[in-house]
Amino acid sequence: MSDATGEAPMLEVRGLTKRFGDEVVLDGLDLAVRKGEVVVVLGPSGCGKSTLLRCIAGLEGVDAGEVRLEGEPISGTRRDSALRQRLGMVFQSYDLFPTRTVLANVTLAPVVVQHRDRLEAEREAEALLRRVGLWDKRDSYPSTLSGGQRQRVAICRALAMHPDVMLLDEVTAALDPEMVHEVLDVVLELAEGGLTMVIVTHEMRFAAAIADRVVMLDGGEVVEESDDPAAFFERPETGRAREFLSMFEYKREKGKGTDHED
Amino acid sequence: MDWGFIARYAPYYVLAAQVTLLISLSGIAVSVLVGILCSMVRHARIPVLRQVAAAYVELSRNTPLLVQLFFLYFGLPKLGIVWSPEACAIVGLGFLGGSYMAESFRSGLDSVASSQADAASVLGMTRVQSLRHVILPQALAVAVPGIVANVIFLVKESSVVSGIALADLMYLAKDLIGLYYDTTEALALLVVAYATILLPISLLGTLLERRLDHARR
Amino acid sequence: MPGAEIVLDPSNVLRLLAGLGVTVRIGLVSVALSLPLGIACGMLMTLRNPLIRAVLRAYLEFIRIMPQLVLLYLVFFGTAGAWGWDLSGEAASVVVFSLWGAAELGDLVRGALESIPRTQYDSAYVLGMGRRQAFARVILPQAVTRLLPPAVNLATRMVKTTSLCMLIGVVELIRVGQQIIDYNRFAVPTGALWIYGSIFFLYFIVCWPLSILSRRLERRWAR
Repeated sequence: MSDATGEAPMLEVRGLTKRFGDEVVLDGLDLAVRKGEVVVVLGPSGCGKSTLLRCIAGLEGVDAGEVRLEGEPISGTRRDSALRQRLGMVFQSYDLFPTRTVLANVTLAPVVVQHRDRLEAEREAEALLRRVGLWDKRDSYPSTLSGGQRQRVAICRALAMHPDVMLLDEVTAALDPEMVHEVLDVVLELAEGGLTMVIVTHEMRFAAAIADRVVMLDGGEVVEESDDPAAFFERPETGRAREFLSMFEYKREKGKGTDHED
Repeated sequence: MDWGFIARYAPYYVLAAQVTLLISLSGIAVSVLVGILCSMVRHARIPVLRQVAAAYVELSRNTPLLVQLFFLYFGLPKLGIVWSPEACAIVGLGFLGGSYMAESFRSGLDSVASSQADAASVLGMTRVQSLRHVILPQALAVAVPGIVANVIFLVKESSVVSGIALADLMYLAKDLIGLYYDTTEALALLVVAYATILLPISLLGTLLERRLDHARR
Repeated sequence: MPGAEIVLDPSNVLRLLAGLGVTVRIGLVSVALSLPLGIACGMLMTLRNPLIRAVLRAYLEFIRIMPQLVLLYLVFFGTAGAWGWDLSGEAASVVVFSLWGAAELGDLVRGALESIPRTQYDSAYVLGMGRRQAFARVILPQAVTRLLPPAVNLATRMVKTTSLCMLIGVVELIRVGQQIIDYNRFAVPTGALWIYGSIFFLYFIVCWPLSILSRRLERRWAR
């Protein structure tokens, strides 16, 4: 699956199969992400979208198929550090390091893993934290921050490693509605800056706004894929996609349901 | 209250407190080593050793220190293993405390969410880096209250070593009661001595706990 | 290995078991006395009255910070020295263990009661329950599930601590063991190894099931 220029895609998943016991979570899944592209993965809970990201990140082993980064196969969980640094990931549960301040959370890996100069790492962290409006919180501990603030710090922590691809796993699912925006605004800005991202989300309007491509999973397979997100959300082609999108709409059938007879 | 008696014998209590402290601290050091070893073996799920560690923890936690000491001090010499009461006391405290420390360390390690290791992994950290910079600091923060409680517990338990004729605080108090019948004074000094040792540790524990609070979310 | 006959001799076995009986008796009586005292203590600790709180706090901290052996000395020798009381070693032990148990159990009761989230009271309230009903039907059952595992653990510690009674002259398991060792000093020179080894396992056999029970309860009720 190469694009028109003949270059290998930034990230490619081929025939990916993942089982937990007897349950097939991902069933021969294919996906290619070009450099600078933002792919949003949608689907009902349990469709395997989070597992897909974890397999790409190397947090889960795969049972069949492979993951390639710029054409180079990287499947499996025993990846070396250099490879893991090229894929950044942000989790639903933030997973900041609770014993460290905001600033230390962002600078820890650049200093410890990439052996960068501490001052230089701090300068970059400052730029990142300013960008997400949290520089004044640099000395706070994660437990004192709101969920939205924590998630913005988690994004900075991942960006500080200069990953080639960012994986965002339902980054707003644990947030109160008013905080969703502050996080997603940051993500939109990253997309504007040309960062390659694979995003799993339940925020449909955000998905429509940010996606270059939408991929819908169900039962561990891609059921619909579209380069035209607006069209996908307006007129999904498959029945399963229609059914899924209809779950986000509410209609009260007035006049009905007033009697409780069976 | 016979203040003359107190003035005369207070210095003896200082000496006896040193014995109590020396035995306790040595025993605590052994406990920490045994505890680290045990919790590592159990955390890493090393076969056989893991069962040995589990059996040790059960034996150590479900028997009194006094009986452990009597067995070490009076029983083992019959097998040709003869030791000084000091060595016995330290080994005994280590045997007892090791299991308590192991449980505290283990609960600390268990309390760290597995997603923390994931977060460290996607940042490119190696297993050793992740353990050192991410997992252990959090585990320790959670384990600290338990560790401090164990330290206090072990200093208190060390009072039992008077049973194998070590001249610690208890031994001195009993001696003075038997010799002079100045019971009230001897006991008052005893209480003051233990409070002087244990209150600061207890306060330190509370302070540490408060400082590490943010780490426990 | 020579000397095993000392713990196989039926009369010695019977004497050790009788000693164990004294140990268990002290433990059981103390636990039985601690229960009402501890529950009362715990309920008092949840009161807002600052004086009651301060007094109980001081009592708890004193009992916590002092080695049990010091407490035994205070009650056994102290009451004799100060007031000329003549408590038996066993009575002094029961007094100390009950006071200790009451303090620790009291703190557990307080902790269990305070750990029930406010919303549980609120839920009972909006369902129309009265205060008594809410306490008996909603709060108490939850508090008990939180209380029982550490309370069983406390009982285990009390049984272990009965070993200290011999140091104030109570003729219990260890003291009986010493007597047997002394009596057979020349006939069985390795007696200490066997007798103390047996006592070690006797304690283990009594305490281990309690530990397992405590852990089971905790696991079953862990949420």
